[in-house]
Amino acid sequence: MSMTAPPAPAPISNDPGRAWRIARPLAGIAVFGSLALLFGGVDVGVFALRVVLLVGLVVLAAALLQGKTRKFFSGPAAYMATFSLFVLVVLAIFATEISPQNPYDLRQLSIMDGRLPPGSTTFDGSMTFHLGTDEQGRDILSGILYGLRISLSVSIIATLIAMLIGVVVGIYAAWAGGRIEAVLMRIVDFQLSFPSILVALMLMAAFGRGLDKIVIALIIVQWAYYARTVRGTALSETRKEYIDAARGLGLPSWRIIFRHLLPNCVPPLIVISTVQVANTIVLESSLSFLGVGVPITQPSLGLLIANGYGYMLSGQYWMSMYPGLALLAIVASINLVGDRLRDTLNPRLTR
Amino acid sequence: MLVFLLRRLAQSVFVLIAMMIVVFFGVYMIGNPIDILISPDATPAEIAETMTRFGFDEPAYMQFLKFVGNALQGDLGRSFVHGESAVTLILSYMPATLELAALGLFFSVAIGVPLGVYAGYKADRWQGRAIMTGSIFGFSLPNFWVGMLLILIFAVELRWLPSTGRGETVEVLGMRLSIFSENGLKYMILPALTLALYKASLVTRLARAGTQEALMQDYVKFARAKGVSETRILLVHVLKNIMIPIITVLGLELGSMIAFAVVTETVFAWPGMGKLLIDSILTLDRPVIVAYLMMTVIIFIFINFTVDVIYTLLDPRVRVKGEAS
Repeated sequence: MSMTAPPAPAPISNDPGRAWRIARPLAGIAVFGSLALLFGGVDVGVFALRVVLLVGLVVLAAALLQGKTRKFFSGPAAYMATFSLFVLVVLAIFATEISPQNPYDLRQLSIMDGRLPPGSTTFDGSMTFHLGTDEQGRDILSGILYGLRISLSVSIIATLIAMLIGVVVGIYAAWAGGRIEAVLMRIVDFQLSFPSILVALMLMAAFGRGLDKIVIALIIVQWAYYARTVRGTALSETRKEYIDAARGLGLPSWRIIFRHLLPNCVPPLIVISTVQVANTIVLESSLSFLGVGVPITQPSLGLLIANGYGYMLSGQYWMSMYPGLALLAIVASINLVGDRLRDTLNPRLTR
Repeated sequence: MLVFLLRRLAQSVFVLIAMMIVVFFGVYMIGNPIDILISPDATPAEIAETMTRFGFDEPAYMQFLKFVGNALQGDLGRSFVHGESAVTLILSYMPATLELAALGLFFSVAIGVPLGVYAGYKADRWQGRAIMTGSIFGFSLPNFWVGMLLILIFAVELRWLPSTGRGETVEVLGMRLSIFSENGLKYMILPALTLALYKASLVTRLARAGTQEALMQDYVKFARAKGVSETRILLVHVLKNIMIPIITVLGLELGSMIAFAVVTETVFAWPGMGKLLIDSILTLDRPVIVAYLMMTVIIFIFINFTVDVIYTLLDPRVRVKGEAS
């Protein structure tokens, strides 16, 4: 990058910027690819795929914070939140390997073990239920790990797709302007004037339960939010000189949009989407708690809490208390990390 | 001003019409209401008879026109389950939700403003940071789980407050309210606190930001130079100036409070509109779902309209901008 370039090209390892530029897209492809394969139900090398997913996520996170780690980790809250988020994501990704029992494999369950308090063992003493069991003898700890995976994946997928739709609509509106922009933004305003829980509730009432359906409902609820944010950023970016310069060079619109405008509109979204994932987890768990969310065969944390709720008043607190603590832990750590990210990455706050 | 009001009113009517279309086709066109109206072993003749009686055999647009015609006369159909007019049913459940939301708003201000002002005053100290981190937990705690915890602590363990249901009600202005009787109020405290928690963290953050900004203003410096005590500066000078944005936001949030009451009411078995909605969704009682949505839309449009008008009255800049465009 410097004017006095060395005669021989410097080895890649000496330039940290370049290594990151290569690692970032690779990690992105790894994450999206493994997610897609895992949800496509590909059975080959599932464990290896999960390892790829985890490594990709870690690299992406490191790339995001590259050069700003000191600012990010100011104070104990940031360390704790990052650590607990990492642990929870690992637990969710490797739920099948870590959990002592597959709570949805009927052969591993015994109705004799139903509603046991934390710390009790199975009928034959072969396994200890550290967090107790539910009414059908399922280990609460295993249920939490599986539920964590469902809560996280539903919310992350919904947020990613909603973000994609929002970016397309927002940039299109800002670029097209005029009547198209007015119509699109009226639709966005219209949708955002109603609280998301109400809209999602109605959609789920119409669709019925199901993992795919709740993802669709969560996308519909969120896209408008991103569209509005992206349009705002895109509008202020299009007024800047570099876009004028690109136009002056006679570059085609698609090239200006994809190579110049888009890379400058996405960074503000990273922070928003982090916090949105947390909001989406809460929304999904609320819907599941109300009985219109995920199906009974694939319970998220919200549904686990709802299942145990009936036993709460009779003192059998563990069935909904521990899933609730897990839900609180994941949402709070995402929110705390998001809060730190905002302070770290937002250029407006740098004094 | 009149032009602005008329334009705003026209917008509201447009939103209402759009919402009617969305709600009607969303709720009525998906699935088959016949399945829940009639027993599965009914003869084809019986099914056809019921279809005609409810008008399901007509084309969609005719059904919609009929729905709009009836809606304009204040008739949104009859509940399949309760057999009553859906509007009357919702109206009879509405006071319970409204008083819960009102008490929730009160709690969120009573908790959020003092915490926020204090956090703003001690912004760079550990107290301020602790309150801000705490407010993140307020955002993060799922509504229903907070409710369960409160029940577990205050109703099951300590036995201070009743766990679920609604207490005594008193008839005030033709509505049955429980906020005015001691017993009724006891039943309201836990659900209202649950509802308030999220808003309280929002208010805390708003109040903190406002306080930080106000403390840098000249009038605070002047008051300090005059020798006014710090307490008085916070309670009089700062508080007066931060309350306007907080009240505006809370006004707008009243609508979402009513929407979130769905979850809280389910946890506490509180007989309000939200509980009615969930029960209706679970029993597929379509007229009640539609009526609930239409009433909520009207409440929302009314709140947004009022806030806009008050804004315009208070801030001439908005008005000028609105008329210029």
